[in-house]
Amino acid sequence: MSLVQPAAAPEAISPLREAWIVYRRNRPAMFGTLLLAVIVAFVLYGTFLYAGDPYEIVWAPQTPPGTEASVPLGTDYLGRDMLRGLLKGGGPTLSVGAAAAIITLLIGVSLGGIAGYFGGWLDDLLMRVTEFFQVLPALLFAMVVITLFSPSPITTAIAIGVVLWPQTARLTRAEFLKIRELEYVTAARSIGARNGRIMWRVILPNALPPLIVSATLTVGVAVLFQAGLSFLGLDDPNTMSWGLMIGTNRQYVLDAWWPVTLPGVAIFLTVFAVSLVGDGLNDAFNPKLRER
Amino acid sequence: MGSIAYIARRLVYGVILLIGVLVLNFFLIHAAPGDPAETIAGAMGGATAEMMADIRAAYGLDKPLLTQLAIYLGRVAHGDFGMSYYFDQPVISLIAARVGPTVLLVLAAQLIAITLGVAMGVLAARKPQGLMSGFVAVVSTIGYAAPVFWTGILLIILFASIIPIFPVSGMTGARFSGGSAAYVVEVLYHLALPAFTLAIIFLAQYSRLSRASMIDVLGADYVRTARAKGLGEGKVVFKHALRNAVLPIITVAGIQFGNLISGALLVESVFNWPGMGRLAFDSVLRRDYPMLLGILFFAALMVVVANLLTDLSYRIADPRIRTGGR
Repeated sequence: MSLVQPAAAPEAISPLREAWIVYRRNRPAMFGTLLLAVIVAFVLYGTFLYAGDPYEIVWAPQTPPGTEASVPLGTDYLGRDMLRGLLKGGGPTLSVGAAAAIITLLIGVSLGGIAGYFGGWLDDLLMRVTEFFQVLPALLFAMVVITLFSPSPITTAIAIGVVLWPQTARLTRAEFLKIRELEYVTAARSIGARNGRIMWRVILPNALPPLIVSATLTVGVAVLFQAGLSFLGLDDPNTMSWGLMIGTNRQYVLDAWWPVTLPGVAIFLTVFAVSLVGDGLNDAFNPKLRER
Repeated sequence: MGSIAYIARRLVYGVILLIGVLVLNFFLIHAAPGDPAETIAGAMGGATAEMMADIRAAYGLDKPLLTQLAIYLGRVAHGDFGMSYYFDQPVISLIAARVGPTVLLVLAAQLIAITLGVAMGVLAARKPQGLMSGFVAVVSTIGYAAPVFWTGILLIILFASIIPIFPVSGMTGARFSGGSAAYVVEVLYHLALPAFTLAIIFLAQYSRLSRASMIDVLGADYVRTARAKGLGEGKVVFKHALRNAVLPIITVAGIQFGNLISGALLVESVFNWPGMGRLAFDSVLRRDYPMLLGILFFAALMVVVANLLTDLSYRIADPRIRTGGR
């Protein structure tokens, strides 16, 4: 300890604020945030500006975009308005994606946290279970689950959550293993905190940054899964979604490109935006990577 | 000696995992709403009362749950995965006919992804800010964010109507009749688009990974030594650096196998490729549960075998692991 005080000590800022400062300067991340905000706004409020039933047949089938003012983005193989479908179809895609990510996080963090904190045979057992779920091809397993239990957005979200959690569990375990050895955990224990409190009130908040990054990226993967399942026609056919639009129009793709291309662009932009945000958060939370 | 013991341990472990899959299958059938016998017969299939009685007797559905599990495992041990009541054929023979095309598709995609990905990564690593690095970044983005069934359909539009040089559907032409050599050519020709589509997802990861790994390795002391000895750039990059940079790629290639099979499911559906994914999809529509559960088991088996082979190739590529012995 030096006795000489630095002339002007830099103002202390919280880690969260510091991360935000780094994040704000990251152009791709800010672009991703903006893009995601626009997409979410369209999905949430778009139907107020451009209302209508996406299943209703409104114009001649396969009207190209930009040729008819009443259907700006054209119509699909039945003559249904593409723009209505895109606005309505974003809801299930995004909400199932987000719900699946939350389920992933709940399962992954609980199991990974318990494995990493307690160690020993419990850790061994839980890690074997994790490996077991990693051997199952995820999409196939999700298909089986949805078929056995009736298809609905909730079943889809659960099925996706059940296949995506192992990675989160491994990450959480690694973080808990690392943090449980730190002094402040010992300190918490020495004042008599119980295991539950130490795990969820002391360790978890400090393990959050990588978990937030991973949760963000999981949303992207879950959106792709939802799209894939509804493309295959496994999701509820009465719920319009981007994947379903691609699936129902694909047979006619050589006659009309837009009914398949446009929903795909929507999925692509969503996942792209989510991945930019995830990468940005990763950079912001990881001071070591900031130089790159 | 160490190797053999290690392989034996991995084999045992793989078998345990597969038994786990069967137990899971069993409980899924029982957790599904409705009568397990109906689930086994396929909820949509018009199973007669006689058939249902047969199923109840064969699976011992009136016995305690654990006895039923034992009966189920016993049947599987004899290679009996049940009947597909849709096809009226044993599940195992239907799957056996479809494993080949899926394995071919998955391996071809893996081969394309690794070869192209490593090549791109190596080129990009030599100029971390160069044009190739930018290209790798773009490909990674597409591979990560674009749904694979969508890229497949876009490629169909491209190759069916704009530049029709590759077939876009099936494994052979509809009127194909030729010798075995012509058959191989025909299949490879039809394989091109589906394999490339599936490869795009993984190309992204391999190119990114090998770029990062090569940048690391190119800065290592032994590479500087190789350069100082006056070796040509080609020899330095391909003999000294690449050999070491390739290890993380093997690891990831093994981990990716499950995802490859998931991707193959979608790609087979897009390109009408007659593999297990296509069969799985049809079985879902027909509610053919024994078929689906059989496919789930065989897909898991493929992943376990792939992981085992990855482990072995890792030991060949990195002699330190062989002697280290954990």
